[in-house]
Amino acid sequence: MGFENVEHELHKRRSSRNIGVGLTLVAFIAIVFGLTMVKITSGGLEATISNATQGEG
Amino acid sequence: MTDASFDTSANNNTHPGEAQFGDYFALLKPRVMSLVVFTALVGLIAAPVSVHPFIAFCAVLFIAVGGGASGALNMWWDADIDAVMKRTTSRPIPSGKVEPREAMALGLALSGFAVIMLGLASNWIAAGLLAFTIFFYAVIYTMWLKRWTPQNIVIGGAAGAFPPMIGWAVATGGVSVESVLMFMLIFMWTPPHFWALALFMKSDYKEAGVPMLTVTHGRKVTRAHILVYTILLAPLAIGTGLTSIGGPIYMTTAVVLNAMFLWGAVKIWRRPEEAAEADKYRVEKSFFGLSLLYLFLHFGAILAEAALRPYGLGGW
Repeated sequence: MGFENVEHELHKRRSSRNIGVGLTLVAFIAIVFGLTMVKITSGGLEATISNATQGEG
Repeated sequence: MTDASFDTSANNNTHPGEAQFGDYFALLKPRVMSLVVFTALVGLIAAPVSVHPFIAFCAVLFIAVGGGASGALNMWWDADIDAVMKRTTSRPIPSGKVEPREAMALGLALSGFAVIMLGLASNWIAAGLLAFTIFFYAVIYTMWLKRWTPQNIVIGGAAGAFPPMIGWAVATGGVSVESVLMFMLIFMWTPPHFWALALFMKSDYKEAGVPMLTVTHGRKVTRAHILVYTILLAPLAIGTGLTSIGGPIYMTTAVVLNAMFLWGAVKIWRRPEEAAEADKYRVEKSFFGLSLLYLFLHFGAILAEAALRPYGLGGW
């Protein structure tokens, strides 16, 4: 017994929309990752953490 | 801001009425977004504070998404007008590809997304300016002024004038004389640009119930308005050249272009409607073409001054 992978007509019809949304999400992940890396390496994050710790002390 | 149409002919092999990715993208008015990207980038690069290239890229992207979101909200609200006017009947909502509530949802979601992401990527002053721009275009212009006053273009033009100011705020974290002057340059340029188009584009604004100046006050008054705004624009454009974003390249560009623009506006003002009809609005069309070049070259010159500054060539 197995499941047959039948492609519904709807899948074909919406393929361009689904591919577009998928690529947009991948691009968004890449942007957030890139922004995080830049913020960490340029020292912006360190300054924020340092200020926060000084405030606690 | 000029409205954009988007060719969805690539989707002709799909189910009729089925929205494709391109239809949702068309809601964002890609042509308007290209102007937003260019002017925001110039504002960002001309600022005296340098920004990491990736942050700059992301900031411009989020500004463009915010501009696009306001375009989607505009298409949602104006769906009834778009269905009446020939130029806009092929837009995603009147053509039946996208549901009005889908456009509203997309506009609201992308507005929130763009503002928050810009705040996280750069600073909250820039994000606040972007939020105000979206509000101004979607609520003040689209929902209120557009159907109420023939001065809709004048006040609504402010929405298209904010991007360089946002770009500047991304870099500096604030607003200054230079960024206000870049705003004013686009703000004062919009009326003559749009009214020149309204003179030769026989549009169906009347049927759609939109009070364009050409319809409410006639073409003679519109011609006089073009001249007045062009006269007010010239000292602003040339005065910008005396600030820190100006320099010899900008000043030469501004003096030449404003002389040409003023001469074009005088010719439009002096022309009787019969003469314009006889030569199929040759002068008005050429003035409109010049207006596109006018804005592009002014901002291009600001960009050139900023790009040459590290080599000791740009600026005064």
